[in-house]
Amino acid sequence: MPEKYHIKTKPIPPRRPRVGKYGVVDWREDCARCHNCVKKACVYDRYRNENDYIRNLTDVDALYFDCMGCFSCVQDCTKGLLCLSINPVYEGMGNSYWTPDIIKTTWLQAETAKIPVSGAGYGGPFTGTGFDAMWTDMSEIVRPTRDGIHGREYISTSVDIGRKPSFLVFEEEKPTGVFPPLLSLPMPLIIDMIPSQYSLPDLGPVIRETAARTNLIAIVNPNDWNFQDSDQQQYLQHVAFYLDSDTSEPPKEVLRKTRLVEIADDSKVLDRIKKLKSIHPDTVVSIRIELNAHGPRRAIELGGLEEIEVIHIVADLNGNEIGTKKPRFVKDMIREIHTALIEKGIRDDITLIAGGGIALPEHMAKTIICGADLVTIDLPLLIALECHLCDKCEPGMSCPAKLENIDPDYGAGRMTNLIAAWHDQLIEVMGAMGMREARRLRGDVGRAMFFEDLEEETFGRLFGTRKKD
Amino acid sequence: MAQEKKIEEILPEKTLKTRVPQTEVAREIKPAPPRFRNEIGKYIVHRSNECIRCGKCAEVCPYGVHVYKSGYKYFASPKNHLCIGTACEKTDHYCVALCPTGALKVADNPMTEGLGDYRWTADMIIATWKMARTGDVPPEEYGLQYQCGDSGGGFDQLRFKFPDKPPIELDEDQINTSIELNRRNDGRPKIKIDVPWYGGGMSFGSVSNVTQLSKASAAVAWNTFTCTGEGGYMERMRPFDDHVITQVATGLFGVREETIQRVPIIEFKYAQGAKPGLGGHLLGDKNTVSVARMREAVLGISLFSPFPFHSVYSIEDHMKHIDWIKHINKRALIATKVSTPTDVDMVAVGSYAAGTHIVHIDGGYGGTGAAPNIAKKNIAMPVEYAIDKVHGFLVAEGVRDEITLIASGGIRTAHDIAKAIALGADGVVVGTSELVALGCVRCTRCESGRGCPRGIATTDAVLAKKMYIEWGTQRLINLYNAWHKELIGILRKFGMSSIGQLRGRTDLLMHLDYSNDVEAKR
Repeated sequence: MPEKYHIKTKPIPPRRPRVGKYGVVDWREDCARCHNCVKKACVYDRYRNENDYIRNLTDVDALYFDCMGCFSCVQDCTKGLLCLSINPVYEGMGNSYWTPDIIKTTWLQAETAKIPVSGAGYGGPFTGTGFDAMWTDMSEIVRPTRDGIHGREYISTSVDIGRKPSFLVFEEEKPTGVFPPLLSLPMPLIIDMIPSQYSLPDLGPVIRETAARTNLIAIVNPNDWNFQDSDQQQYLQHVAFYLDSDTSEPPKEVLRKTRLVEIADDSKVLDRIKKLKSIHPDTVVSIRIELNAHGPRRAIELGGLEEIEVIHIVADLNGNEIGTKKPRFVKDMIREIHTALIEKGIRDDITLIAGGGIALPEHMAKTIICGADLVTIDLPLLIALECHLCDKCEPGMSCPAKLENIDPDYGAGRMTNLIAAWHDQLIEVMGAMGMREARRLRGDVGRAMFFEDLEEETFGRLFGTRKKD
Repeated sequence: MAQEKKIEEILPEKTLKTRVPQTEVAREIKPAPPRFRNEIGKYIVHRSNECIRCGKCAEVCPYGVHVYKSGYKYFASPKNHLCIGTACEKTDHYCVALCPTGALKVADNPMTEGLGDYRWTADMIIATWKMARTGDVPPEEYGLQYQCGDSGGGFDQLRFKFPDKPPIELDEDQINTSIELNRRNDGRPKIKIDVPWYGGGMSFGSVSNVTQLSKASAAVAWNTFTCTGEGGYMERMRPFDDHVITQVATGLFGVREETIQRVPIIEFKYAQGAKPGLGGHLLGDKNTVSVARMREAVLGISLFSPFPFHSVYSIEDHMKHIDWIKHINKRALIATKVSTPTDVDMVAVGSYAAGTHIVHIDGGYGGTGAAPNIAKKNIAMPVEYAIDKVHGFLVAEGVRDEITLIASGGIRTAHDIAKAIALGADGVVVGTSELVALGCVRCTRCESGRGCPRGIATTDAVLAKKMYIEWGTQRLINLYNAWHKELIGILRKFGMSSIGQLRGRTDLLMHLDYSNDVEAKR
């Protein structure tokens, strides 16, 4: 049995006060000064904590909102002076895709490295768009035992990147021929570059340290890389340089220490692959294709070429098709590409990496079910650093997360915690599905249920035609 | 309980010897006022300092919002939850208009924005509290939209197509809401429950013993069942044995031959809707001394029931388990609780083949004391799809009338119950709504620390004292009564004399997102 993949984590508390969903408004006037004040009875001791926070406050730039919304004090106050309200700062975080709830759960995972657990049932909408319009399946009886508990066998999240020969030729009981380079990652996740609109301080050291700690790969811009710095050389196994059409190749001795290179899609990709392979024959080259109106077609077209081994398709930050009026969602575009490659009989020749809009660990599992081999993430790692996604990364604007002062150990620790929590959650859903290998999950739509299908099979049969949304 | 044989004839001698006298609880509807001082209402009444304490408002308000106790200098805080809000404007008893100094204001309560969620809206929570308080359906003037949630799909988009006039006029007492739980004709008791629902499995550990015993008492009053969950069988539950389902779940916590022999129904829990395929979770903080003793576990460690049963990898293995239980308890009915995967229909038929009496499907949006958030939303299908799927398959296989199909996982109101039955279930299991009746606000904090701050889903000795069994029992009896009335109202509109007539009548439903002209589509 191969060694288990384990990410070392430790709790890393936030640097900034938590932005909770609820706050209690205290009218104070008319207070009866009861000896048994409900504030003393708070199960979570939030009032005392708030007092401590205010007492020690040196800089008034964030209020204390850590109420759990249980209404106990509100309902028990002798004079009824307390009111519960939704914290406007909380509601203002993120956007319609990167909701405050997503940001909050990401913070929690980056802090604890644990799977978020809560009581009561699911309280959200019945379904939604994008990834919310599908459910993963579960196996009622037959499934692998859960990793680490009764482990006779464990769930592997390893995936391979690169071209795999579709058959082997043996001579004297040994395979012969040239094997294309293949690299394995312990989980189906690559760290992508943080989008340029988030003009941050240099997070390079934090990101490459995270990639090293998690034994994954981060895609980095060579312009941000100091090729003279010998300290950085130790990270080369965990980075993939992204070369756009205008970026020249890194020095040969540097490139030869990497395992993956990503290049922008243009008319000269084949020449560039040839050039890179001539420098470093053991490297795997990925082509980054933007998922605009032509993106899926281009991915399918390139997939058919012998020289292409890896395609990285990227939708916009919200998982939408880029630059179209009625954008399709990334999961649907992945299904289209995946299915087309199957029809061409070349799906197993190509590694398909997908990114854009991957906000939660279930999105990782669902993306793979839809046909990607692995995913790339960017914003969740930024959120792990307590970013509010306020979208105001401009000089002179105050960053609510104080991202200009990031301690590398804090940053890498939080990002590592988040990835560890995602890994554990991938195992949870795979376990429920009865899947033992992430490789086998790829494109297995039989392990998922899609809203449109269930609706048509059930309510479509009973109630006619579904009205257009 | 309607049984063909007397219990003495069925119970093994050993069990009879240890049997304790069974409790009787009257099905009596009494007011059960909220246990919190400031009950949350849909509206909020504000009294300013302009008040001259003339008492006019208290005199005119028929709902009792304004309380001016004799001997007191000031009015008590207005009872907001009794106010019908601006709907009162059109009446001759609108306190705001009648106040001589204009000291009163009525407005929408802004706190309702922080109460509830898409599935359990603030209106639904407040209405459930009201039903638990009064035992009746909330009067229309309160303007509570409680029959559906705001989730935008499933039950919340289904509506009944009531005829203008019932085809047959029926009196309330002519309508029967009871369902049979054993349809197999296998010589085991023909257990009937008076209402088409029973209480879901909540273990001691996930909820307090007060909550468990309140549920059990209400089950006795309404001749239905409650379920122990998989946390063992409290000695204090023994006077309720005849109305208890005990669970055999994968952790086998507290399962003993003796506890299996006590009860009329034993439930195999394969999976739970809120965390399908993931087993059970009781986080360490809630594993207190008494919980650890009951579960024969070590104090303070998190208890995870594995998934699945490691001795069950086929229907034949399942049958082996059922045979084992049937042998130990000759009078027991077997219920099999499963989640809702794609092949839930096959699982149900397989379970029938293995000899189960009740197939209980628990949909993906069901309640829980603790579940990974990733599971709650993403794994397995909502029960609305699963009911139709399983019912249809059981009919096609020709075994529908030999098995009882119970649905759960997001059943919140009497309307949900009726919709589930119209989709094809015989009855339902309820859980969260019972807790809401006991004062739950769905803050989702049941899982860790001292547990539920409201004293419902907690094992903390101090917090659990926030509630009394008598009060909890009455709240549940009242809620059941309101639901019963509402169900009867629905059946009456259709001219149906029994709840069984509603089963599978999807033709009586419509979906707000569909053209509802299925004939034309065909």
